[in-house]
Amino acid sequence: MLTVALILALALVAAALALSLWRLLRGPSAADRILALDTLYINTIALVVLLGIHLGSALYFEVALLIALMGFVGTVALAKYLLRGDIIE
Amino acid sequence: MLDLLLSLLILAGAAFTFVGSLGLARLPDFYMRLHAPTKATTLGVGSLLIASALYFSTRGQGISLHEVLVTLFLFITAPVSAHLLAKAALHLRLKSLAALPGEDRERADPPWADGD
Repeated sequence: MLTVALILALALVAAALALSLWRLLRGPSAADRILALDTLYINTIALVVLLGIHLGSALYFEVALLIALMGFVGTVALAKYLLRGDIIE
Repeated sequence: MLDLLLSLLILAGAAFTFVGSLGLARLPDFYMRLHAPTKATTLGVGSLLIASALYFSTRGQGISLHEVLVTLFLFITAPVSAHLLAKAALHLRLKSLAALPGEDRERADPPWADGD
């Protein structure tokens, strides 16, 4: 049962990634694209965690933690660029 | 029993993640789109991380606390990035279907009116 649930969940998260990618490519404003990137990295964390359960390996948490850290820094930098026209003043 | 609980948590988490991205793709203006990923997706990933912590804690190698770190970090950073993006959108004066603070109008431009 767990295997079936995992495969269903992986399919759902993959569909979520595709939807975010669509918004990233289409999104009318720059803020939309940054929001889509933010959603993409959070979806990637979900995918990596699911893959870790599926493969039974605890190594994937470090990957998830690194993606969370770097993704947040990236989002803040891009939003700051939109707000101020500069990242480090 | 544990399998059932894990499957429920995993399916709920994946469903919330999907709904968040669906909202991001489908909702009509930026301020609405900001809601979906920052709330639904964060809850979904939190649920998946709880499932993962349960799974690795019950495999006989001690309690697994890595997920708590990721969960804490995500739950702290999601509101911060949402706030920054909302500020950036207000700064860019993106079109909103509802009245923004400081505006008084009955009805804004329809969603098919081309924004920037």
